[in-house]
Amino acid sequence: MSVDTNTVRKIASLARIAVTDGEVEAMTGELNNILTWVEQLGEVDTDGVEPLAAVIPNELRLRDDVITDGDIRDKVLANAPQAEHGFFTVPKVIE
Amino acid sequence: MSTELTDLGIAQIRDGFRAGDFTAREVAEAFNEAVAGAKMLNAFIVETPEHALAAADAADQERAAGDVRPLSGVPLGIKDLFCTEGVQTTAASHILEGFVPTYESTVSERLFLAGAGMLGKLNMDQFAMGSSNETSHFGNVISPWRRNDGGNAALTPGGSSGGSSAAVAARLAPGVTGTDTGGSIRQPAAFTGISGIKPTYGRCSRWGVVAFASSLDQAGAMARDVKDCAIMLEAMAGFDPKDATSLDLPVPEWEANLSSDLKGKTIGIPREYRVDDMPREIDALWERGIEMVKDAGANVIEVSLPHTKYALPAYYIIAPAEASSNLARYDGVRYGLRDLPEGANLQDMYAATRADGFGAEVKRRILIGTYVLSAGFYDAYYTKAQKVRALIVRDFSRAFETCDLLLTPTAPSAAFALGEKSDDPLAMYLNDVFTVPSSLAGLPAMSVPGGLDQSGLPLGLQLIGRPLDEQGVLNAALAIEERAGFVMRPQIWW
Repeated sequence: MSVDTNTVRKIASLARIAVTDGEVEAMTGELNNILTWVEQLGEVDTDGVEPLAAVIPNELRLRDDVITDGDIRDKVLANAPQAEHGFFTVPKVIE
Repeated sequence: MSTELTDLGIAQIRDGFRAGDFTAREVAEAFNEAVAGAKMLNAFIVETPEHALAAADAADQERAAGDVRPLSGVPLGIKDLFCTEGVQTTAASHILEGFVPTYESTVSERLFLAGAGMLGKLNMDQFAMGSSNETSHFGNVISPWRRNDGGNAALTPGGSSGGSSAAVAARLAPGVTGTDTGGSIRQPAAFTGISGIKPTYGRCSRWGVVAFASSLDQAGAMARDVKDCAIMLEAMAGFDPKDATSLDLPVPEWEANLSSDLKGKTIGIPREYRVDDMPREIDALWERGIEMVKDAGANVIEVSLPHTKYALPAYYIIAPAEASSNLARYDGVRYGLRDLPEGANLQDMYAATRADGFGAEVKRRILIGTYVLSAGFYDAYYTKAQKVRALIVRDFSRAFETCDLLLTPTAPSAAFALGEKSDDPLAMYLNDVFTVPSSLAGLPAMSVPGGLDQSGLPLGLQLIGRPLDEQGVLNAALAIEERAGFVMRPQIWW
């Protein structure tokens, strides 16, 4: 499978990364090189193989089902580019 | 005095401090001075001399009161992937520039609770994505090593823990933290003539470590020798309920149980690691390593890991997929950079922030990851890669039925020049050919210096162990260390 410039634009949009025309051109070539290379995995017979879930067997621990917000609102907001009244703020979403 | 103190490793500093040969403050001052005098190497993004001094003063006071902790008196460097409370943590990215964590990563917290101080935050490849430390937003790290050809070509210290490796090799820190996702501790250790261990996945908490590929990321220790790595790793490792994949197991006494006697051990040599275009010097190093472990009493056999060649392509699906998911958090809302073009809406803000905040390699991997996880392609790429990964794990399990450890070169070459591979992502990825398989299997693995190549540059040998057998890895590495007689160090030119 290879990608064209339109696909690269779509992926970049899904990834929320703005790209210039020049970047799209360059990335299309690079991505195709990498994707062509990883396609050698197709040679491997994986019939009946379960995809790996965890490298080291480990039990998933459960915590008590209690609400815990940490009570550290100001610490959570401390690095926000913009915070007001105890909230993160963003540009207007609804026109 | 100061040059002498910076020549000491972790064990020597710890023991000399306890014996009263010098104060912790003298040690911290000596290393702070070395750090301040090595700006040309660009190994540190932030220097924190006051942190090192505060820990040293506390250590001196505690010693006066007859009380010492495991790492009292030892100043360390911390890779900038570890969140440090009150000290900027960027993962060498622009998007996290100015981010000052309000909490401490579990690993750095453990080191500080053990008495260690912090010399500063170490430069690295951006978000740990790279093998040469050329993707940092804060500039390349330059290796303290130079070729013996009289040229002054700037060489890579390896990556992604390139600031870490350069700092130890240049005697700016006796030990440092690293992280390893596909070789980011072992390859830089090999390139700079130091030791570095990645423990079993789950030994060290990932809490507070900026995430790259969560099923692979594992913190570890880098230092001048094997014993120092054992000491540091003991302080870093241990169960942490804040990391869902942390292993709830006691931390072994790796230092106390160090032994270079390999009698009764069988060491496997994986035949698939003899890649076609392997430099003769790497092959010769490997042969010398085999002789060294035999001399230490080990039985050496050939083993097969048939899916080795598929490890790298599987890794370059799995790691970018996890990265694209992990890095979705950088949105310009909660922390880090925000780019808000005039009149932009929320979606524009995300796209502009991420375009400006991520470097080229990070974008490349996010796009690959987004593509392989996108609707219609998930099974063909990601599920397939995870199946191949299961086969790679099975290869190792089968090999470990006939041997206790594996011995391989750490990297397919010595350190290359900065700029030599940076235009070709695939050539760069191939640097991790010997380290990626054990990362995919979550195994403990270590690089130890084996010798120099003809250009006078260090080469490393890699030991890979069964899950949780850090001790076996450390012991075999120690056997090599004792026999390799690697005492070479870079001449100070910076």
